[in-house]
Amino acid sequence: MNSIVNIVIQGVLLGALYALFAMGQSLMYGVMRLTNIAHGDFIVLMVFILFALTNQGHVPLWAAIPLLLLIAFGAGYAMQHALLDRVSGRDPLPSLVVTFGLSVVIQNVLQEVFSADPRALATNGFESMSLSLPGGIAIGLLPLLTLAVTLAATLALQWLFGCTSLGRAFRATSDDREIVQLIGVLPRRTFALATSIAFVLIALAGALYSMRTAVSPSDGPGLLLYAFEAVVIGGMGSFWGTFAGGVVLGMAQQFGFFFDPGWGIWFGHLLFLAVLAVRPQGIFPKTA
Amino acid sequence: MPAILETRALTAFYGDFQAIFGVNITVEKGEVIALIGSNGAGKSTFLKTVAGLLRAPARQVLYQGEPIGGMPAARIVSKGIALVPEGRRLFTSLSVEENLLVGGYCSRPGRWNLQTVYELFPVLKERRRDPATTLSGGQQQMVAIGRALMSNPDLLMCDELSLGLAPVIVREIYAALEQIVADGLSAILVEQDVQLARRVSSRFYCLQEGRVSLSGVSVDADDEAITRAYFGVAS
Amino acid sequence: MSIDFTNMTMHERDFEVRRATRLSRMTVPVLVIAVLVIASVPWWAGRDNLRDFTQIAAYLIVAMMWNLLAGYGGMVSIGQQAYFGIGGYAMLVLANYFGLSPFVAVPIGGVIAVLIAIPVSRLAFRLEGGYFAIGTWVIAEVFRLTVANASWLGGGSGTSLTALEGVPRSLRESLTLWMALAIVTAMIALLYVFLRSKRGLALSAMRDDAVAAHSQGVDVKRARLLVYLVSAGGTALAGGLYFVANLRISPDAAFSVNWTAYAIFMVMVGGLGTLEGPIIGTVIFFFLNKFLSDSGTWYLIGLGALAILITLLFPKGIWGYVSQRFDLHVFHTGRRVVYVKTRTTGC
Repeated sequence: MNSIVNIVIQGVLLGALYALFAMGQSLMYGVMRLTNIAHGDFIVLMVFILFALTNQGHVPLWAAIPLLLLIAFGAGYAMQHALLDRVSGRDPLPSLVVTFGLSVVIQNVLQEVFSADPRALATNGFESMSLSLPGGIAIGLLPLLTLAVTLAATLALQWLFGCTSLGRAFRATSDDREIVQLIGVLPRRTFALATSIAFVLIALAGALYSMRTAVSPSDGPGLLLYAFEAVVIGGMGSFWGTFAGGVVLGMAQQFGFFFDPGWGIWFGHLLFLAVLAVRPQGIFPKTA
Repeated sequence: MPAILETRALTAFYGDFQAIFGVNITVEKGEVIALIGSNGAGKSTFLKTVAGLLRAPARQVLYQGEPIGGMPAARIVSKGIALVPEGRRLFTSLSVEENLLVGGYCSRPGRWNLQTVYELFPVLKERRRDPATTLSGGQQQMVAIGRALMSNPDLLMCDELSLGLAPVIVREIYAALEQIVADGLSAILVEQDVQLARRVSSRFYCLQEGRVSLSGVSVDADDEAITRAYFGVAS
Repeated sequence: MSIDFTNMTMHERDFEVRRATRLSRMTVPVLVIAVLVIASVPWWAGRDNLRDFTQIAAYLIVAMMWNLLAGYGGMVSIGQQAYFGIGGYAMLVLANYFGLSPFVAVPIGGVIAVLIAIPVSRLAFRLEGGYFAIGTWVIAEVFRLTVANASWLGGGSGTSLTALEGVPRSLRESLTLWMALAIVTAMIALLYVFLRSKRGLALSAMRDDAVAAHSQGVDVKRARLLVYLVSAGGTALAGGLYFVANLRISPDAAFSVNWTAYAIFMVMVGGLGTLEGPIIGTVIFFFLNKFLSDSGTWYLIGLGALAILITLLFPKGIWGYVSQRFDLHVFHTGRRVVYVKTRTTGC
């Protein structure tokens, strides 16, 4: 019984990280209908920028992370304006090919600059601190922090989209790019802003990920698949759905790991296929 | 005192296809102008060009004396021109109230806000939380008008308000329109229904194949002359 | 403006609907010669060249099938490697465990892939656009992990094709080349005939505007399914072929997303939605691969950057640009209206 509780808890904590991976993608797809194949690679890119800041730049961690978020915001804005805006539109092919190309380029540039070795972020032992619960269950502080950050991000996004003027502008722009200009919204700038926010989420996810695991330049595609599965399992169109999807995915993987170390990711994929077969709209699809 | 809107030899293109060939239209402050003509005459194209959705050379469109041709639509809204587009074009994922609120994205001072729009169209207040697309055609038209009003324009442009609506609803909408222009708002109304257009406007222009074929004072206009100008049949 | 109905003159022009251009009329004879030349390769070329041709064939088939799916079917997939791997492993299992000749096993592998593609399509088609693309990738990963966990198939490190051990090397390589040639020739011929037909026209219409095509009576769902199945079968043939030549298979090689990446590069550079495009793209890719792949990461960075640039600047690829600018068609699949005479009648 204990092990089931442990699996669930570890699953939720792992899933929170996946949900954080997925938030940025959910946002970009929701506002711009853009599928970014390089999504996972951008997470890895942010990780290596963080490495560069802390190792080569000797910036202490507590300053490096906010700096990273700032860099991410700017990078997102630039990426949208320079590249992605030219391929967002009704036809999915150009954006898929361009972001696929980006994925290849990013992976190989990182490998060229940093070598293919996996490396983790040094956190002076924070990554191994844990809370002890009755029944012999240990909850890592880092996963707990990740859960808190993901919850906060989900709440913030939900609030942004549902209750603010900017959020309404996002939704209106995704509905009708032409007419939204008639109310004073500049679609290009709105998209760039959305991408900036998505990149900040990507940077957050990367930072937390690198504290927990050693990261290598080729990790990107795997992360993309987790993010994508979380969105589909949870249901497209809602941030809480994405959160739920991530958590469920995390739990499925933990069940898999429990039976056999080689089965964890495979279980997650199977769950994804099952959802696709039985309830393709996801667990919490957006109504209307 | 310059006219609120003046177009000088306005031309407009869709890619290589020319839709408007040198149109001169003037709207004085406080006037309601009707723009009539058959399908494809260029009426919607004209409104879109003034609104900034289509580009025109700078000096061909003057707003309160200032050249605004070629300016992006989002900036033109902040100057005080609002367009109620043809076919309503409400935002499908937003509720009625959100559609209105987003109309006020570009906030300008003036009498129109959420409360005054609800006073004008009480039925919208009842259904404010509903998705905008679940409303009837007439109600959606009210939302579209309200959305345009929320930016407190000085010039309101309406493209085919009566399209697809039952006559009784059309009467309701135009009655509301009279209230809207009552305190001096200038307006251009595009309408296929000639009689309706003449009733609500002080002057009119008739477009035919991208050119002005007739213009005049609405009450004085000769029916036969209008018909000829509408269809482009020589006398 | 007035229309004078009483005294009208009309110009009538006679026109023809033509289905070929001067260049395209040369295509068939030239290709027949090319096929004969390639078929004779085992007698005059070196060992490396034999392997080269087989490799080009595998790349070309994968590119053509991805082009069929994306350029004609309107479905962008990043998961075709699933069928490449299925083709490879099916061939291996049939050859090693059921004693079939690998040359027979390759086409059977294609059929098996089509059968597997039927239920897979029911899942994949629940997604659209970009999410369909990633979904196909996930499905490919499921196949990869499943095979990697199957120890009887050699698990993660793979296994060898033992069925050809007794066959002398030159015979094996010649047979492989001829099989590759046969598959490629048949595929190009069938595609050409199909795309010229009414069904092929319907496919182009569907790709351009599915709703409009549907309103004209095109059964979009069925057409999409057929394209998906054909693409799966074809890609599996490429996989079987590749591993007959390679003799050794592993999950990472067979189910690698790189196969689709290469296909995307070849098709986008060559020209999406044309029959000539993938051929040109494959040739370019092959030579780039041969001479530059030693540069490792820089080569891949170059490929990726090139794909991005081509998509942004020449979305129709090299052949698309050339074809449009100079009005050249090697495989003429459309119909063109050509005015041939002018005569005037009065009435």
